[in-house]
Amino acid sequence: MSYTLKLRIWRGDKDGGAVEDFPVEVSEGEVVLDAIHRVQATQAGDLAVRWNCKAGKCGSCSAEVNGRPRLMCMCRLSDFEEDEVITVTPMRSFPVIRDLVTDVSFNYEKAKELPSFSPPPRDADGKRRMAQVDVERGQEFRKCIECFLCQNVCHVVRDHEDNKKAFAGPRFFLRYAELDMHPLDTHDRRELAQGAAGLGMCNITKCCTEVCPEGIHITDNAIIPMKERVVDKKFDPLVWLGNKIGIRNKDNDGRTEV
Amino acid sequence: MSETNGPAEGRHPMTGNALSGDAQGGMERHTYDVVVIGAGGAGLRAAIAAHESGARTAIVCKSLLGKAHTVMAEGGIAAAMGNRWPEDNWEVHFRDTMRGGKMLNNWRMAQLHAQEAPERVQELEDWGALFDRTDDGLISQRDFGGHKYARLAHVGDRTGLEMIRTLQQRAVALGIEVFMECTVTDIFKDASDGQSKVAGAFAYWRESGRFIVFDAPSVILATGGIGKSFKVTSNSWEYTGDGHALAMRAGASLINMEFVQFHPTGMVWPPSVKGLLVTESVRGDGGILKNSEGKRFMFDYIPEFFKAETADTVEEADAWYDDKKNNRRPPELLPRDEVARAINSEIKAGRGTPHGGIYLDIASRRTPEFIRKRLPSMYHQFKELADVDITAEPMEIGPTCHYVMGGVEVDADTQQSAVTGLYAVGECSGGMHGSNRLGGNSLGDLLVFGKRAGEAATAYADSLGGTRPQVDEADVKAAQASALAPFEVEGGENPYTIQSDLQQSMNDLVGIIRTRTELEESLAEIEAFKVRASTMVVEGHRQYNPGWHLALDLRNMLIVSECIAKAAMAREESRGGHTRDDFPGPDAEWGTKNLVVNLNAEGTGVDLHEKPLPEMPDELKGYFA
Repeated sequence: MSYTLKLRIWRGDKDGGAVEDFPVEVSEGEVVLDAIHRVQATQAGDLAVRWNCKAGKCGSCSAEVNGRPRLMCMCRLSDFEEDEVITVTPMRSFPVIRDLVTDVSFNYEKAKELPSFSPPPRDADGKRRMAQVDVERGQEFRKCIECFLCQNVCHVVRDHEDNKKAFAGPRFFLRYAELDMHPLDTHDRRELAQGAAGLGMCNITKCCTEVCPEGIHITDNAIIPMKERVVDKKFDPLVWLGNKIGIRNKDNDGRTEV
Repeated sequence: MSETNGPAEGRHPMTGNALSGDAQGGMERHTYDVVVIGAGGAGLRAAIAAHESGARTAIVCKSLLGKAHTVMAEGGIAAAMGNRWPEDNWEVHFRDTMRGGKMLNNWRMAQLHAQEAPERVQELEDWGALFDRTDDGLISQRDFGGHKYARLAHVGDRTGLEMIRTLQQRAVALGIEVFMECTVTDIFKDASDGQSKVAGAFAYWRESGRFIVFDAPSVILATGGIGKSFKVTSNSWEYTGDGHALAMRAGASLINMEFVQFHPTGMVWPPSVKGLLVTESVRGDGGILKNSEGKRFMFDYIPEFFKAETADTVEEADAWYDDKKNNRRPPELLPRDEVARAINSEIKAGRGTPHGGIYLDIASRRTPEFIRKRLPSMYHQFKELADVDITAEPMEIGPTCHYVMGGVEVDADTQQSAVTGLYAVGECSGGMHGSNRLGGNSLGDLLVFGKRAGEAATAYADSLGGTRPQVDEADVKAAQASALAPFEVEGGENPYTIQSDLQQSMNDLVGIIRTRTELEESLAEIEAFKVRASTMVVEGHRQYNPGWHLALDLRNMLIVSECIAKAAMAREESRGGHTRDDFPGPDAEWGTKNLVVNLNAEGTGVDLHEKPLPEMPDELKGYFA
């Protein structure tokens, strides 16, 4: 059941590189990462690639397969014709370190800018109570494996390097939404999401949702509700008036702005 | 030497690389109180504890932050919180843990774990974890093998991801410094005052291939397991036994290395995912095991030791899920070693599936909605990788190398090894799980002992005052030469080939069922691998070169493999994660002792000796009367 896959891999570093041919034996049930590993073991021992679990759980092996952002471990060869050429290139939005490995530090920097969860004291018995239905909204977002494919595909930074400073990207809008929907959090991060994180720059083209290997509805369930919450606060004339004359919106109950 | 501390030193934010032309000898140098090696659950929890106790703390990890193996833990964290069963408490959990480990556990570790796990879980919630809930809003707890009560705090079947993300976000919020994609290859010691103490560690950046020296009196090993020495495994590439090997080379000892857990349920098809974990929650939530004849065979494999508490009819087993008071547990939920052996026997007897496994069936037992809600990752994994819809058809599964019970011998309360200043936590430490670990006890182990190690390591560093052990410059030169050695060889073998041969050999000869002749053969093969590894060759340069990284990791895999094979040959009985075909039953005499391994005097192989188990105090013995 095996055949020779016409595999092409981008090789190079920050000074430049090119796509090279690596014809390689593959067999039934294999994924792109298997083919890459075989190239590494038999043809190019120093081929740089990131991977950990090979099970779609750690989000390390992100790359672009025939131009589409994918996890290489979840990209089955059976989805391609046997005579089809498969070209693997590094994620385009991040600087290349070597071969398929990119410098994703942008994401780790953005993570540091986000104020963390801030709960009230526990209940008298030392436990906390939340309803399943309330935690489920945040749980969807916490399925995120930080593969950064959504960050990679987002055209706000993919095509405009200079936006990176002012734009946290879909992965972190997810985190803002998660905390905003957390039944126990006491922070109000709406100003921050809109201001420092650049939520307003997103024009909901849903590219992020399309590439999410976890199937998280990033745009519909996180970004749009978050945008609505910001709009409610900033632009609703009644809320604006209430704030002006000192009537607090119920929305702010138990939360303080950070 | 330049000293750098704090993230604001202009280092590269991800790789930490700050190398400039004026760094002496092309080497970076950093000073900390506590250096934690590994950023999985144990490493992160230890670093948080060290930081909160006031230590200047660094985390050094082989991968990006948040990618460690903890991410793959599925089922949950065992903790007697009593949210579902008020009868549950630490004493019941302690008893389950000891019995699951066939009484070979370090009793004190099992006790501390059972006592402290509930608060460690509650703490995760303070830091933002979103666990599944009970109807009254508390943290939900699910059933698992070997646990008397439903006890595992969980988030669907992706509990490990939730745990690592929570700890990662906590560590980031505290501003703990992280050296990502940075591998430690040596521990430095200072023996100048007659007693040998930790002085620091030596590492290389994977990105640039350049070296770093850490000056630190406390080093915590949290490097995980050894599964990559086996061909069929649920473990990731990082699991090359680094902490085990670093500890041995530093002079510490390992215990219980013969005990390797083969998880009963790994995927068997397609070949590319062979070994990939299928969570025990499938059985905890109602899944059953069937052979090719459609028989629910686990009823034929209930051992004497667990007869009193295991259901012997289908009716009783099925009734247990809803009524635990009046029914006994289904045999599918026996401890992992029992289930793995049973599956192995069925397959050997010719009653396996087309791809050489056994059927795990939840489709005929629960509704599709229930399955998708409770086991979302399993649904996704089978759908995406095997074209199997687990809500409609059974899964094919078989045993896979999952966890090593053995590890660095440590003090139960502080996790310090025999070397002053060297600590070990999580999978790379030994004792807590005895001869077999219960599912769910690993995540609890990481949290409970991570915190203890972080605090103890800080207290020790504080106690030194101004007089700290010093790194010897000759040791730095030696570490550098050793790390670069694979580039010096010409005409040798490719490390990938040696690794692949080692994995096949360990799988065939030191696997789930062992015999003397095969273990002897294995030790001979390991000697041959060592010779081959001494002349392996690496192509390319030092910048992000996986071939070089593997060449360095392979040294660790070889020494750890030798420990396993040697201890497996010495222990002439079957117990927990060690099954000898030539000694099929447990032996009371062997039940009183551990096997301890050390690096030999020449540093080329492994010495082994027996050591009596620490004796349990009488008040705890009462639980087993």
